[in-house]
Amino acid sequence: MALNAHKLRASPTVPASTVLVIPAYCESGRVGDVVRAVRRQIVCGRLPAIDILVVDDGSPDGTAIEAKAAGASVVRHPFNLGYGSALHSGYCAAKRSGYQRVLQMDADGQHDPAMLGRLIEALDQGADIALGSRYLASDAPESSLSRRIGTRLFSWIASRWIGTRITDPTSGFQGLSARALASVVNDGFPEDYPDTDVLVQHHRGGLVVREVSVIMHERIGGLSMHRGARIAYYGYKMMLTLLMMPIRRATPLRTPDSVARVS
Amino acid sequence: MIAKLYCAHLQDLDPMHDRQQIVAITGAIVIMLIVLELVRRRKLREEYSWVWVATSAAIVALALNQSLLLTLTKWIGAASSASTLFFGAIIFLIGLTVQFSIRLSRLTHRQRTLAQRLALLEEELSAVRKQLRDQHKSMAGRKSSSDEVA
Repeated sequence: MALNAHKLRASPTVPASTVLVIPAYCESGRVGDVVRAVRRQIVCGRLPAIDILVVDDGSPDGTAIEAKAAGASVVRHPFNLGYGSALHSGYCAAKRSGYQRVLQMDADGQHDPAMLGRLIEALDQGADIALGSRYLASDAPESSLSRRIGTRLFSWIASRWIGTRITDPTSGFQGLSARALASVVNDGFPEDYPDTDVLVQHHRGGLVVREVSVIMHERIGGLSMHRGARIAYYGYKMMLTLLMMPIRRATPLRTPDSVARVS
Repeated sequence: MIAKLYCAHLQDLDPMHDRQQIVAITGAIVIMLIVLELVRRRKLREEYSWVWVATSAAIVALALNQSLLLTLTKWIGAASSASTLFFGAIIFLIGLTVQFSIRLSRLTHRQRTLAQRLALLEEELSAVRKQLRDQHKSMAGRKSSSDEVA
């Protein structure tokens, strides 16, 4: 009842406390549709009023212009910094603007805006990280052999470490509470592949990670960041990070929030 | 047995040939001059030059002081004085590349942080600009309507 009243009241004059971060690199032709699809959900009242922030990771194409035209705020990196950095910039922007919650989804059409409500629901129920998993549903999608092996391995590690079953640790479809947001704006956030290691770090910091079943689609076009020799590097990097985690220093800079800090 | 062989080997050690000595000293001095010249032209920062200067100085010192070089050669168990110098050079190069990797990692991190802050500030600036424009517009609108009334 109260929730419905909130939905009805949702007008642009009331600042939203939730922001949806969409990291995008060379997603011209897709990112606009994604932003419009989310806005449609809000207009229909299926989602509460949330702000949309696209982080253009230095794309040479029209990603930023397209996102802006579709009605999103845009943070634009001057050059390509990597998926993790794009996410990190989004988190820091959210922190600087005082948002309470962050949702994140990919710009390539894999993630369904209709599923954002499930993430919000999990956050409402007290989760700090709501992790959208494509493998919890009975009709899980097919994927390549290397991808399956990698997912198996890292979901096993994440599940053992965190203590609850994590089926899709590489998922970029997530919701973060204020506590989780305060933790991810740290300078130590990985710049390339933030997934299993970040989840484990959250768990070590006492945050509650909860998986939520969602439906994901095939990407509509463009290039996946998990391809070719990068997969091997990904495996190496993730194992090294995970092994280092208990013995590593927290952050390479003296001020651990040098991006989010407002001075 | 091995110890005996080792000791026998030590006594056979020759000092550097004159030619080797001259080549080593000349090479070290040339490198030092190049490094100092680069500093003079401001192509190399002082903080990066001292490792090179120190190494060149060490090579010259070792080439001039043969007994020190021989002691060092015995100590690391090298076959000849020349290979001691080579070994030192390789250690130096490895140390230098590791140092470069560390500095690169640090620079990468700083450059990433700067780029991110720049991107966020740009977005905030454009939002503030838009707000200001809207304010101006609404103020201008109010002014013109009050003019009409007057």
